[in-house]
Amino acid sequence: MLKISDLRVAVDGKTILNGLSLEVGTGEVHAIMGPNGSGKSTLANVVAGRDGYEVLGGTVEFKGKDLLDLDPEVRAHEGVFLAFQYPVEIPGVANIALLKEGLNAARRYRGEPELDALDFLKLVREKIKLVEMKEEFLYRSVNEGFSGGEKKRNEIFQMAMLEPSLSLLDETDSGLDIDALKIVAGGVNSLRSQDRSVILVTHYQRLLDYIVPDYVHVLAEGRIVQSGDKDLALKLEAEGYGWIEESAGAAA
Amino acid sequence: MENAAAYVAAQQDTAAQLPGYGLAELYAGRAAALEQLSRQGLPSQQDEDWKYTSTRSITRAAFKPASAGATCPSDFITQSVIEGLNPYRMVFVDGFLSAALSDLEALPTHVRLRSLAQVLSEDATSVLPKLGQMLGDPPHGFAAMNSAFVADGAVVEIEAHQHLERPIELLFVSGCGDEGLVSMPRTLVLMGEGSQATIIERHCSLKEVRSLNNSLVEIDLGKGAVLDYCSLQSQSDRSFHVGGLFAGLAESATLRATTVSTSGALVRNDARINLNGENSTVYLDGCYLVFGRSHVDNHTHISHNRADCVSRETYKGVLGDRGRAVFHGRIVVKQDAQKTDSEQSNQNLLLSEEAEIDTKPQLEIYADDVKCAHGATVGQLDDLALFYLVSRGVKRETARRMLTQAFAADVLDRVESVPLRQYLQSLAFDRLSNA
Repeated sequence: MLKISDLRVAVDGKTILNGLSLEVGTGEVHAIMGPNGSGKSTLANVVAGRDGYEVLGGTVEFKGKDLLDLDPEVRAHEGVFLAFQYPVEIPGVANIALLKEGLNAARRYRGEPELDALDFLKLVREKIKLVEMKEEFLYRSVNEGFSGGEKKRNEIFQMAMLEPSLSLLDETDSGLDIDALKIVAGGVNSLRSQDRSVILVTHYQRLLDYIVPDYVHVLAEGRIVQSGDKDLALKLEAEGYGWIEESAGAAA
Repeated sequence: MENAAAYVAAQQDTAAQLPGYGLAELYAGRAAALEQLSRQGLPSQQDEDWKYTSTRSITRAAFKPASAGATCPSDFITQSVIEGLNPYRMVFVDGFLSAALSDLEALPTHVRLRSLAQVLSEDATSVLPKLGQMLGDPPHGFAAMNSAFVADGAVVEIEAHQHLERPIELLFVSGCGDEGLVSMPRTLVLMGEGSQATIIERHCSLKEVRSLNNSLVEIDLGKGAVLDYCSLQSQSDRSFHVGGLFAGLAESATLRATTVSTSGALVRNDARINLNGENSTVYLDGCYLVFGRSHVDNHTHISHNRADCVSRETYKGVLGDRGRAVFHGRIVVKQDAQKTDSEQSNQNLLLSEEAEIDTKPQLEIYADDVKCAHGATVGQLDDLALFYLVSRGVKRETARRMLTQAFAADVLDRVESVPLRQYLQSLAFDRLSNA
């Protein structure tokens, strides 16, 4: 599904990703862990196509296409979704209007007919239950005045609506209490399937108790320095990132 | 002043034909205004209040006063109706009432809608003392010119305690006659104690001819009266508009006024609101969408003259292409106006490198126990919000439009009348979609 090779990325002239390689197969869930400043969020944003990230070298292939060559909206149409670490408040744009535009733009891109108002509303009502959000949130401005937990649930709700083949969750667990974390995890798990892949970017192991990954990678100084299964996350939880940074430093 | 000499001469030539010529009070008013126009001329950029708005294209054009008798096809009116509004409608053609195009059917007896020309020729004594009262000394040559030529326009009288259910629409169609005419309608709205109404003052163009619309509206709100007022300028891009809104509010009266400008070569609006009675409230909102080479200038002046009054002012502008806009918002709190509660904000969204806004909020406070806040912002579309929308698959142009509309929306969303609100929203939508 996703093949990143030797990716090097700079922000404001400072190299953040420094030869990162990662392969995510169809239907797999990968967790990317690492200390603050290791480049986790940069990775998620570059894949989604946010401006301000300068690709110095390397390739990102998505379903065989050169992802870096595509505009962010086309990446979305192709099935890439980023759940933001800090979801943006957009006063005056209704949540439901955003979803309808996004969903129908993707359907047009795929040559499918747009959903009519009734079918759309039916889908909305079905998906919003997954994240236990009240319907009134549909008609409010995107994320405006939402609590931290509501914003994260809204991200997962959008993801459920758009049914992406690759979801990048950027620290979706940060700032969530345990109940909200369970709801968010439940939403993600309900979307797990043989043809959808997920990348979880997280600082803590806690989320991985609820969304169990197939692979765990440790990112340090812009590269993946360790890969393993879910036990690696437990080891990081117990021992911290110090030993990783030491070994990364020794290797460099 | 030379730039007004032709208008002064034209007034002197035609004064004897103006309605109510023989009325002493009116004669004196016209003469004083003419004297001011002759002395001051039309404003230029040397005047502080016109610093950012050049009137050169107006003075160079040498407009001639329009005369009654121009026609407008009834189809044009039919096509211009605001769906669902169902108003009592007065239509003015180049500034003069067209009774044939107006629709005052089923007007309640406690409400009078007459043309100023009719009032001046049949029953001036009741109305004349009010004419010019809210205006006071004309703030510039255009207002003086309107007063010197004052002849026609709408006179709206609503008796005390009458709640008018249906709105009143004053539709001013310019560009009906020849190229190069100036129309000068004067409207007077007199609302009795405890009365309520909705009035829409709408300016549009029939033909794309060069024209100047020098319009002046005076509003007198009695004790506890409530008026929802909307002034809309959507004229052709060859037309010039200088509009004045002069309102006086008695005790506990409420004025909710929204000014919307969507097109025109040059639009200048002066709004002067006098809070003359305790506990009176004004909501003064504006929305200007400035594209192409349009220029929109809003000068507002709210005066808190008595205690316990509230003013809320929000002007929002979206500028693209080579559009230019000016906002000058002045709030004056007089010495007696203790417990004044005033908020003013002007926010601007610039969509192109060449668009330009000059904004100047101004507070003058002479009382010591007041709550006043003001602020102005100028910005561009938020890149992060834009990325958020496109990352959900929304096309970039659509995302830009959604954000632009959202920016302008809150001013229009506050308009009370649902059909009017929907009309304004769709007008703004079209303007921003084609931008």
